[in-house]
Amino acid sequence: MDTPMERTGHPPVYTHRKPPLPETPEQLRARIPGWGADLDPADRPSYPREIAAETGAHWDLPEPQPEHGERERSMEHGMLTPVFGTAQPLQGLSGVVRRYAYRRHSEGKAAHWLLLLAADRVDVAEHVLRSFATLRPDNPITETGIRAEVKHGSSRFGKGRSDIRHQAIDPVVNGAPWVAGALAAAWAVRRVARRAG
Amino acid sequence: MRAMVYRGPYRVRVEEKPDPRIEHPNDAIVRVTRAAICGSDLHLYHGMMPDTRVGHTFGHEFIGIVEEVGSSVQNLQVGDKVMVPFNIFCGSCFYCARGLYSNCHNVNANATAVGAIYGYSHTTGGYDGGQAELVRVPFADVGPSIIPDWLDDEDALLMTDALATAYFGAQLAEISEGDTVAVLGAGPIGLYAARSAWLMGAGRVVVIDQLPERLEKARTFAHAETINFNQVDDVVLEMKKQTDHLGFDAVIDAVGAEADGNMTQHLTSARFKLQGGSPIALNWAIDGARKGGVISVMGAYGPIFSSVKFGDALNKGLTLRMNQCPVKRQWPRLLEHIRSGYFKPSDIVTHRIPLEDIAEAYHLFSAKLDGCIKPVIIPDAS
Ligand SMILES: NC(=O)c1ccc[n+]([C@@H]2O[C@H](COP(=O)([O-])OP(=O)(O)OC[C@H]3O[C@@H](n4cnc5c(N)ncnc54)[C@H](O)[C@@H]3O)[C@@H](O)[C@H]2O)c1
Ligand SMILES: [Zn+2]
Ligand SMILES: [Zn+2]
Repeated sequence: MDTPMERTGHPPVYTHRKPPLPETPEQLRARIPGWGADLDPADRPSYPREIAAETGAHWDLPEPQPEHGERERSMEHGMLTPVFGTAQPLQGLSGVVRRYAYRRHSEGKAAHWLLLLAADRVDVAEHVLRSFATLRPDNPITETGIRAEVKHGSSRFGKGRSDIRHQAIDPVVNGAPWVAGALAAAWAVRRVARRAG
Repeated sequence: MRAMVYRGPYRVRVEEKPDPRIEHPNDAIVRVTRAAICGSDLHLYHGMMPDTRVGHTFGHEFIGIVEEVGSSVQNLQVGDKVMVPFNIFCGSCFYCARGLYSNCHNVNANATAVGAIYGYSHTTGGYDGGQAELVRVPFADVGPSIIPDWLDDEDALLMTDALATAYFGAQLAEISEGDTVAVLGAGPIGLYAARSAWLMGAGRVVVIDQLPERLEKARTFAHAETINFNQVDDVVLEMKKQTDHLGFDAVIDAVGAEADGNMTQHLTSARFKLQGGSPIALNWAIDGARKGGVISVMGAYGPIFSSVKFGDALNKGLTLRMNQCPVKRQWPRLLEHIRSGYFKPSDIVTHRIPLEDIAEAYHLFSAKLDGCIKPVIIPDAS
């Protein structure tokens, strides 16, 4: 395509002109199904941003969901929301850290989120350990889905993808907690053994 | 029931879990017939989202059949085939009343900075998701819609997030006739966003990614031009060159927190979790837009700070628009577009995988193996 620059010697942006388009609206309409169907902002469902919405709600304030036990909530809420998730209640050491994060820090504090992230790592460690006392211990081979590599792994090479460079170190970075856990366990066992001896 | 369960970063499995129960009079229980894995699930899968608890069932894109309804449910009956928006919302709070369903204030006890989403950690409310046989659907009179007879299951499934979000993203880009639009990311969101940009009257659409099979889809499915960011030295400079040194009128970030292309940013965020998300794509958007242009951010970022180039955004006078998509608001118009043949959403589905193979499905999608663009999960494959 011969650019405006080649035609005039300078890019149009240095004048008032908008760079020309390669295709006219008629050409676009012919080439692309639906081109321009929503040209009028009034046809766009999220225009304007706020509307008076018909939602099907037949309540003003929803009736409250019954509470069974403790439900943590953000300090920034004025009350417990009428409806809430009950998927994985607080438990264990991770629960202690999470409870503290919710009670002590608003969402505006980095500490709130960093504590929650730390609790996530504690949670994983607790569950890995606990899983060894079950019939179904955590299995990094099946749970990482690494078998997909055998079936499809080669498909990612030879395309110059930049994500491959770190994909090689991803397992190391993400495996680190496992190694750290094993070292900690070994250290604890040695200490106990030394005390006993 | 059988359900996908999170065990830790990069580790998921299928477990036997207790069936979900009606916990509120306006709840329904839905038997999932199809679910999908989304780019957003990868943020959880990689351990980037705070308060992602072991045992959590992911999945915010699903359709199914109503199995049970609570005592106050009026609009749905047992046996109805429904599509469920990824947002959980009450329909009556300050935000819902104004159409901001994704920002509902009555459903997420854990945070005020984000609404509630199915299967998306406790930071978005602590609801188990739909990559399972059964799922609890709160506010059954408000969220789900009965799937029209003429709509295919997979098309309905893609309405629950990807298609609606991308269409929303194109709207936030405030495109007017003849605008040049760049879309960062050629995943499901980017591909549909490019497609939607044409509906708004874009004059040029350029999709940027590094995966050849997705860029190919951008050219064929989305009728767009493409840039492979791995094959140019400097993406931003390339964006300027392609627009006669002006920059794009609008840029849509359809990448989010997992962005690649800068090792330091990628490692500090996606791998070491020191940022709320790698802002590489967002920074490219800011630098690649023209002064006075609009950035629409659909890519998801976590609640922790990210190193965004805010000074450039200020000095260029950019408009930054963003949100989680209020899905149900998009449906009436989107259904018209599908009926008119402007979209065939399921054209981007590449893999159909039984729930029992969930771990492999996540790895396949996360590492982008085998040309995977959109994997669909089938709970009752047996
Ligand atoms: N706002 C919302 O309501 C909403 C809803 C759904 C999804 N999302 C978000 O949208 C994003 C995309 O979702 P998806 O399902 O398409 O994900 P995806 O992972 O399939 O696609 C992301 C694409 O971005 C590409 N990419 C990575 N780094 C890039 C860079 N620097 N520049 C350009 N491209 C780059 C990847 O190669 C990939 O093709 C995710 O962040 C997801 O969380 C937001
Ligand atoms: Zn999604
Ligand atoms: Zn609400």
